[in-house]
Amino acid sequence: MNQSFDIVIVGAGIVGAACAAACARGGLKVLVLERGPIGGGTTAAGMGHIVVMDDSEAQFALTRYSRNLWQDLRPQLPDDVEFDACGTLWVAADEEEMAEVRRKEKFYSERGVRVEVLDGKGVAKAEPNLRPGLAGGLRVLGDAVLYPPCAARFFMEQAQRHGAEFRSGEVQALLPEGGVQLRDGTRLSAGRSVNAAGACSPALSPGLPVRKRKGHLVITDRYPGYVHHQIVELGYLKSAHSMTKDSVAFNIQPRKTGQMLVGSSRQFDAEDTGVDQQILDRMLRRAAEYLPSLGNLVATRVWTGHRPTTPDKLPLIGPSIESDRIWLATGHEGLGITTSTGTGQLLADLLLGKTSLIPAAPYAPARLAKGEAHHG
Amino acid sequence: MADSVQLRINGRMIAVPGGTVLAAAIAAAGVTQFRRSVSGQPRTPVCGMGVCMECRVTINGQAQRRSCQTLCEPGMEVQTDE
Repeated sequence: MNQSFDIVIVGAGIVGAACAAACARGGLKVLVLERGPIGGGTTAAGMGHIVVMDDSEAQFALTRYSRNLWQDLRPQLPDDVEFDACGTLWVAADEEEMAEVRRKEKFYSERGVRVEVLDGKGVAKAEPNLRPGLAGGLRVLGDAVLYPPCAARFFMEQAQRHGAEFRSGEVQALLPEGGVQLRDGTRLSAGRSVNAAGACSPALSPGLPVRKRKGHLVITDRYPGYVHHQIVELGYLKSAHSMTKDSVAFNIQPRKTGQMLVGSSRQFDAEDTGVDQQILDRMLRRAAEYLPSLGNLVATRVWTGHRPTTPDKLPLIGPSIESDRIWLATGHEGLGITTSTGTGQLLADLLLGKTSLIPAAPYAPARLAKGEAHHG
Repeated sequence: MADSVQLRINGRMIAVPGGTVLAAAIAAAGVTQFRRSVSGQPRTPVCGMGVCMECRVTINGQAQRRSCQTLCEPGMEVQTDE
């Protein structure tokens, strides 16, 4: 029974599954351990955007690379992944936010990402249900949305086709000599373990600079055509950047089913998974400021989940500070659905000693070993 | 019928007594298929008390409204998923 693996990946969320697929494709002998359903943890708390982001050059590089990988995968994706290249519409409420639209346009255009600036009329025409009088917006054409749990399952199946093994089981510890110990005492040996446990990753790697951040999501009945793009307010940048306070921001996605997925909220130090009526109210009121008729839609489900944040808003991909036998693929916060593809490829390249298409150094866990970055 | 209410169901004007529940008016108009399921199956009201969600229709352009929880109003435009 003491079968040896090259790597054992802890967590079959979208990140762990994408790592498994990339590693198995690269010829490594892979075991994936998951205590719950595939894609049922942090992944199920994600809205499912595939977006190119511009908070930093490193974030841009990883999100663009990852989006390109999603585009390549598109013909293979099963229908239930619900991949929809609806694009993102960043909406500007006022002239201050229009300045941000122009800054973003310059940033994206200079780097070869297709975007369009819309004025107030253009936004009203593109999304008639938005409130009148918005200043304008930025349309990012190649962005998309998908249904994350099925995408995780797709990666897991891809991994299994390339020889990876999947087992249900709860990991208690990552062993310094490689491999893992399960809660029932079983030890599984492997060259290396990979902590891809999402919001639960700090429990397996004590001292990891990853904090759980709670988010609420609401999904409605089917209203095809109510909105056409994934729409995000530019005020999002201001609120999402606040690392201290609870925040809400308007974010809506049209799903292929015709349903509307509405977000978003962010709360630190909220361990429970219960619905917080107060923050849910704030979140929906914020959304209704942008979509005045939102209240006519029937919500069918509200749920919450936790996202793993890091002090510099970049994921941790590569060997941990403590041990070259324990690797990390976590800390993706709200971008893990997008960056799962890039993370898997970077991790596999690092493990196999191959040169990656983008530098992996900005995501190396070692970056957080020095300076005050530890205490974000 | 002094208190008769006129409304349009699937493009056809009908008159019902004031206070009539919309689901009843739709049934009185001879419509049995209120909506289609996601897989295209015909659906019709089951519970009549707002729980089963099978009576959903489009009212004045607003989709997914429960007709069993709505009273007929003059000039209402109602569309079932024929």
